Amino acid sequence: MQLIYEKSRPGRRGVAFDPLDVPEAALPPELCRETSAALPEVSELDVVRHFTNLSRRNFGVDSHFYPLGSCTMKYNPKMAEAVAAYPGFSELHPHVASSRALHPLCQGAFEVVYELERFLAEIGGMREVSLQPIAGAHGELAGTLMMAAYHRARGNAKKKDTILVPDSAHGTNPASAAIAGFNVVEVASGPDGTLDVEAFKRALTDSVAGVMLTCPNTHGLFEPAVKEVAELTHSADALMYYDGANLNAIIGQARPGDLGFDVMHFNLHKTFATPHGMGGPGSGPVGVGARLVPFLPGPRVVQEGGLYTLATPEQSIGRVSAFFGNFMIALRAYAYILHLGGEGLKKVSENAVLNANYIYARLKDAYDRAFDGRFMHECVFSASAQARDGVHAIDIAKALLDHGFHAPTVYFPLTVKEALMIEPTETESKETLDAFCDAMLAIAARAATDPQSFHDAPATTPVGRLDEVYAARRLDCAC
Amino acid sequence: MTWSPATDAETREMLAAIGVGSIDELFAHIPAGLRAASWDLPAGLSEMAVRDRLARLASHNNVCLVNFMGGGVYDHFVPAAVDALTSRSEFYTAYTPYQPECSQGTLQAIYEYQSAICRLTGMEFANASLYDGSTAVFEATTMAVRITGRSRVVHHSSLNPIHRQVAETHAANLGLDIVEGDDPTDAACVVVQLPGFVGTLADYSCLAQRCHDAGALLVMSFYPVALGIVKTPGEMGVDIAVAEGQSLGIPAGFGGPYLGVLATRKAHVRKMPGRLAAATQDAQGRRGFVLTLQAREQHIRREKAMSNICSNEALCALRALIHMCLLGKVGIRELAVQCHSKAEYLKSRLGFATLLNDGPTFNEFALRLPRNAQDVVERMAARGFLAGLPLEPLGVGGPNDLLVAVTERRTRQELDAYAQALKDTACS
Repeated sequence: MQLIYEKSRPGRRGVAFDPLDVPEAALPPELCRETSAALPEVSELDVVRHFTNLSRRNFGVDSHFYPLGSCTMKYNPKMAEAVAAYPGFSELHPHVASSRALHPLCQGAFEVVYELERFLAEIGGMREVSLQPIAGAHGELAGTLMMAAYHRARGNAKKKDTILVPDSAHGTNPASAAIAGFNVVEVASGPDGTLDVEAFKRALTDSVAGVMLTCPNTHGLFEPAVKEVAELTHSADALMYYDGANLNAIIGQARPGDLGFDVMHFNLHKTFATPHGMGGPGSGPVGVGARLVPFLPGPRVVQEGGLYTLATPEQSIGRVSAFFGNFMIALRAYAYILHLGGEGLKKVSENAVLNANYIYARLKDAYDRAFDGRFMHECVFSASAQARDGVHAIDIAKALLDHGFHAPTVYFPLTVKEALMIEPTETESKETLDAFCDAMLAIAARAATDPQSFHDAPATTPVGRLDEVYAARRLDCAC
Repeated sequence: MTWSPATDAETREMLAAIGVGSIDELFAHIPAGLRAASWDLPAGLSEMAVRDRLARLASHNNVCLVNFMGGGVYDHFVPAAVDALTSRSEFYTAYTPYQPECSQGTLQAIYEYQSAICRLTGMEFANASLYDGSTAVFEATTMAVRITGRSRVVHHSSLNPIHRQVAETHAANLGLDIVEGDDPTDAACVVVQLPGFVGTLADYSCLAQRCHDAGALLVMSFYPVALGIVKTPGEMGVDIAVAEGQSLGIPAGFGGPYLGVLATRKAHVRKMPGRLAAATQDAQGRRGFVLTLQAREQHIRREKAMSNICSNEALCALRALIHMCLLGKVGIRELAVQCHSKAEYLKSRLGFATLLNDGPTFNEFALRLPRNAQDVVERMAARGFLAGLPLEPLGVGGPNDLLVAVTERRTRQELDAYAQALKDTACS
């Protein structure tokens, strides 16, 4: 397909302005750019047709089953999009919050922030929540910065310089901890795919400031020793961080706060069904237990004399984003929670776990399972058996595209060879799961009989497998 | 209420296939003592009830005032085509293009966005997006630290005070020495903003030269719409250009989602945070696009990654791209001329206040009023105007100082009415 720049014709226009109704002013010439920005010269229809056709070269949840493990690609309700289109929210300037005199202009938005923070606190078993972090990894950073502030306030900043992270963790965990100023020490998983408690005890030295855990972990397994790990961590004067990426597995069943976690983030674009938007925007509110409340990012929405206004905790780490995080994403999540209610949210985890276990039951004879134990919202297989025939996880992924399914996450977690990580979510029907499993079984059968046939896949997508080495060497990233 | 389609019969079939008798059994491995201790959430509401409730809350916000507020977020017009195209669910329900063959729409759009940012700024490489303008300042700072191996960071007085606070929060434990000023000696970078937070324009070419002579980088936070006419970061010799991209077709939305823009020179691309799309080809020689240089990122490099960013603001980048395509080469210039001219006209009508800018401005300027700015904006709201941003609460001005922004949406009639109302309110 042509680039929009290749469709440009000198003199063509997409938008027109009203004639200038004041005298035209000019900047001093030394402050002016030399030539106009070479944006494409195209009509509105050129633009509409170009991007409509581009959109057709994508798989999305609305068009395809998208079982990308650890990403929770559930259906994004249209209701939430409708709510986000209300001009009372979408056109609200955030700086009305910067002046107390203007707070009467944004009481509705403040109420959304205030109420959603309380809903999320109840869901996570946390004391307080801040919507400021813009994405999950940003919530991790806010959380680890609060951990650092906590130890600093207790005079232990120098001593408490290390964060423990399991080897199965998302890459964002160690990356966030590093930006918060910590050394990162990896703790190995045991042969059963859960945290090796003995290895953990050995790693839990006086210098440990905190532990970052995902539960269920990225192997899809609930950490059976989570309470013991939390007690050990607390007895070492360290804090427990909960990576909320897999909250969809336990929402309404168990709460991170009850499990002993001191701080967590929520991925509103996963558990709370806001759209993934080709990679973002997401939203990563951070929740804290009693120990970390004084350090929350500020300013915070508070109630005062029947009105909502702002206040900043005295020991706050400061702002982590310019205003209230991705407010319009939070608004969608708020609508989602209001619709489902407490009982509906419990059904989310029930059906997510049911669907993942059903896929596991149907595929367990065809693919090696990575670990024993009860899978929760996702199941992790290894394509090692297929790889011995020359069909690797990547080949299975590409073959699935030709069957009309997005691929699972492949080669993650890093702890599993030839990993295939499948997360169906609760919004998919049995027919869809069956069709997917049928395709996976057909692929496994073909891998044994005709491994060569995989090398041309995918054949039905707009392009075939792309040369990534050539891309990195040539580095053509703009035209 | 539910969005799960499973019928009771299907649930029973699935449980049987799994080999358990009930859904509870699927959670039986979680010890009873670890189950939720509380679950105090309201009962679900129908779509109708949820939408009524949120429409009522929306009505508790006032968005009907004639808007003169900026401070990094601007009231620009957004063509309907931007909303229509970004509302296509093939875009908004997709995720990060991990499987490029079924994500060419996303990847080509990122490549075209990167190209548009390079054409607008005169830089050579732009990434696929960061969170927002404030975090982009932080990311540019740590990028400069990585490139130079130095730890001193100089924030120029032109920098948005909120962006400065966000950058400082993020850098709290990185051992950086963050100072204010413009002296690049021993610094990783000097960070300037164009136009400055209170609207003043300046040519930073000489500062760029001084930075380079001192082995430092010049980081610039720019206002995208201003670059329709203003000398570009590329022309000034900037090394890392960042921006709050909200002005490119993204609604104010009470603060987000917005768009963090980051662009740089070829020499520094491997130290850049965030995703990057590149053109390549398949076995048949067909052009296609992939994510490249992924070894910089957290999912591969973990604690040694250039940034911890994973989810970015791709859909906002698509909005910005579509908006820039609709504006085109002529429109982006006309937009900038309209904003600048209307702001200059308004300035000429405000002789009763003192203009605080010490140089030319683009579309925003600071006034010292005869009375308290917070009182004035409160009274102006009652007269139908969002009069501007009082500067004292942000720590960058006195009690009577007000920051006023003008966009292409303001008519001459509105400008005249605003000038009169401000005079009445501030001088009475």
